[in-house]
Amino acid sequence: MRYEAPNTLEQAIALLSGANGRARVLAGGTDLLIQMRSGRTDPELLVDIKAIPELTTLAAEVGGYRVGAAITCMELIENAAFALAWPGIVDGVKYIGSIQVKGRATMGGNLCNASPAADSVPALIAAGALVCIAGPQGRREVPIEAFVAGPGKTTLAGGELVASFLLPRRSPRSGDAYLRFTPRTEMDIAVVGAAVNLTLDNKGVCSHARVSLGAVAARALLVPEAGAALIGTRIDAAALAKLAAAASAACKPIDDKRGTKEFRIKVAGVMARRAAAIAMERAGRHS
Amino acid sequence: MARNHVSATVNGDQVEFLCETGQTLLDVLRDELRLTGTKEGCGTGDCGACSVMVDGRLVCSCLMLAVEAEGKAIQTIEGMSAGEALHPLQRKFVEHAALQCGICTPGILIAARALLARNPDPSEAEVRFWLAGNLCRCTGYHKIVDAVLDAAREMRGA
Repeated sequence: MRYEAPNTLEQAIALLSGANGRARVLAGGTDLLIQMRSGRTDPELLVDIKAIPELTTLAAEVGGYRVGAAITCMELIENAAFALAWPGIVDGVKYIGSIQVKGRATMGGNLCNASPAADSVPALIAAGALVCIAGPQGRREVPIEAFVAGPGKTTLAGGELVASFLLPRRSPRSGDAYLRFTPRTEMDIAVVGAAVNLTLDNKGVCSHARVSLGAVAARALLVPEAGAALIGTRIDAAALAKLAAAASAACKPIDDKRGTKEFRIKVAGVMARRAAAIAMERAGRHS
Repeated sequence: MARNHVSATVNGDQVEFLCETGQTLLDVLRDELRLTGTKEGCGTGDCGACSVMVDGRLVCSCLMLAVEAEGKAIQTIEGMSAGEALHPLQRKFVEHAALQCGICTPGILIAARALLARNPDPSEAEVRFWLAGNLCRCTGYHKIVDAVLDAAREMRGA
């Protein structure tokens, strides 16, 4: 097995393209090293992307943020301006393993590992983030919700890699939040996750809302009906009940050791409602 | 099999080693550099026994390849005491009997020092959350948390 740490995206793409599918991208490695150890993957080439400056940069762009795919979770959490702008994404990132794991793990890796329970993904979907993909044909940007194909599967083509995330400009009175249900508060995998991102107008009426659920289907879901339940309301009890019902209705969960279908469907509504309340409270602070 | 040449510092000393691409930093620390204070517990990043600092960042050395250490500054438990003089955390772990079998102890000490460097006055809850990635199967954690809080008090001069 060879190891390469190129300094440019072009070199990384050339290495990935030339490896006949036997190369793996190495970002934080917190999933990849475990897969290698267990024999689930046996690459011939590792392409470490952490030496590519663009992939480890967090910068303002068109009023929003460009987040390099290989920035560690701890760096994101520690960036006060980012945490103020997108607290819901930081909620999700904080749940990705221990302090030690977050010292290595990246959002790009969390997305590409394609677990239905990935904690940063619902918040990115709710945020309306785009993922910037670089490959032999150039660059393309796709909505996060269209990136994962199913458990462990992405829509990346040969030679492509995730370079960055683009978070849109934030309107005043916007807030987001991510909550998950787990038996333990730390070091656990989401049984259900829910993210809500919303904007209030100057009269306190919800003008924009996106809702995403994790761990209740083969991939994280955007639930437009749940967002629609909030828009045009003051996010009162009736709107929250409608949101919860829409969230539960969108679930297509499995039964597993972490939770039953019935439990996940019920709890998805509860988590969405509670996340909406937190997002609304945060939006109120950004007036 | 490709061999990689790596230069790094460990506890301030310049080191050079050759490693296979698949070798973890933990493998090299223990088997090549003979620094066996860093322990392997789970090998999957769940237990924290292999915690070390890399460029000031707390990480699991089982989840990092040795080849990724090129140019990095690594700190392990072997660098924690000043010669025979124990670090206050080490002393408080002894005083509070915050260890039994000792496998988790080096990782917890490294993690606790990282916490106190950021937050000299953590609450009990903050200590417990910070150390959530360090498993101890002997002590039940109370004595560990007490020792960390006591060391923090002493280090603050309170």
